[in-house]
Amino acid sequence: MNYIFCFLILISIIAGVANGRASEVMTAMFDGCETAVKIALSLIGIMAFWLGTMRIAEKSGFVQILSKLLYPILKPLFKDLKKDSPALGDITMSISANALGLANAATPIGLKVMKELQEDNPSKDTATDSMCMFLGMNTAGFQIIPATVIAILAGLGASNPERIILPTLIVTALAFLTAIITALIFRKLWNKKEAE
Amino acid sequence: MYEMISALILPLMIAIIFIAGIIKKVPVYEEFVEGAKDGFKVSVTIIPYLVALIVAISMFRASGALDWLAGSLGFILDKFSIPADILPIMVTRSLSGSATLGLFSELASAHGANSFAAFMGAIMVGSSETTFYVLSVYFGSVGIKKFKYAILTGLVADAMGIVLAIWAARVFFPASSVL
Repeated sequence: MNYIFCFLILISIIAGVANGRASEVMTAMFDGCETAVKIALSLIGIMAFWLGTMRIAEKSGFVQILSKLLYPILKPLFKDLKKDSPALGDITMSISANALGLANAATPIGLKVMKELQEDNPSKDTATDSMCMFLGMNTAGFQIIPATVIAILAGLGASNPERIILPTLIVTALAFLTAIITALIFRKLWNKKEAE
Repeated sequence: MYEMISALILPLMIAIIFIAGIIKKVPVYEEFVEGAKDGFKVSVTIIPYLVALIVAISMFRASGALDWLAGSLGFILDKFSIPADILPIMVTRSLSGSATLGLFSELASAHGANSFAAFMGAIMVGSSETTFYVLSVYFGSVGIKKFKYAILTGLVADAMGIVLAIWAARVFFPASSVL
């Protein structure tokens, strides 16, 4: 991020001077500051409402309901887990919390999963197949309602920002599936290579 | 058809959550307020990130540097009707969540919140997760140094997400339907 940020700022100034648009660049700087605060202010209301609602969802046990649904689907994907390992239950909880957009709840559960997986790990500095699968799912970012993005669109005056829910859900679900398939393929390739 | 479904998802979900809250005897009002405080905190804590990224990308656009970039990639961008401003989002999507939100906000305010560019950006950002951050925090927490194929898996899924977002934007928002 450091490089990207410096790159953007420095290239802008160099390009601005080279194109004779130095004053436009400075105007953009001041306008940008104003836009940032405006967007953040318009976010406050919607984010407060949404996180308030999601807190009710959390307390009503939605994470547990969703993880019950996901459990049989995810079970066959974590073959190298021991039978009595508590990790699988926590894996589904973590994925479910993420799907509901409850990042605050998802991270501690996710870290607990890593700890549980690490206990059964024969070589402590190397990732296990289950870890790769779990983090693959995690980084695919499956989410049912993209609340922050909707809030930003609404704050900037979009006429019906909820139009993005369905396409986003399709994209995020397919990316999630891609992560699972990719992890399965790499697992085969990797373990073959190691066996040789 | 999909507009109707989209319009129903949100109100239905909110209704179900509140009904479930009552059935499970959750102190709905108190918990709502507790959660809303978090929402307030999140919005305020991202201000510095928004300022950094929105300023940087506004300057980048005003200087004409974005036009250079778009010019050199013009052929590919045109072919898939990808707005040039989406490019920085593709880069930061796997790196930083707040940076991506900043870039997206700038895009949506520059092009208008009802523009095709804003919709494509929204889908791309809404389906993203900061791969490198997740991997470093989770693996770091238990001292794993060899990630095996975890990074590759994350990157393949990210690339797929970008391609799918472009596809979905074009399918769901054909140019004519966007104001």
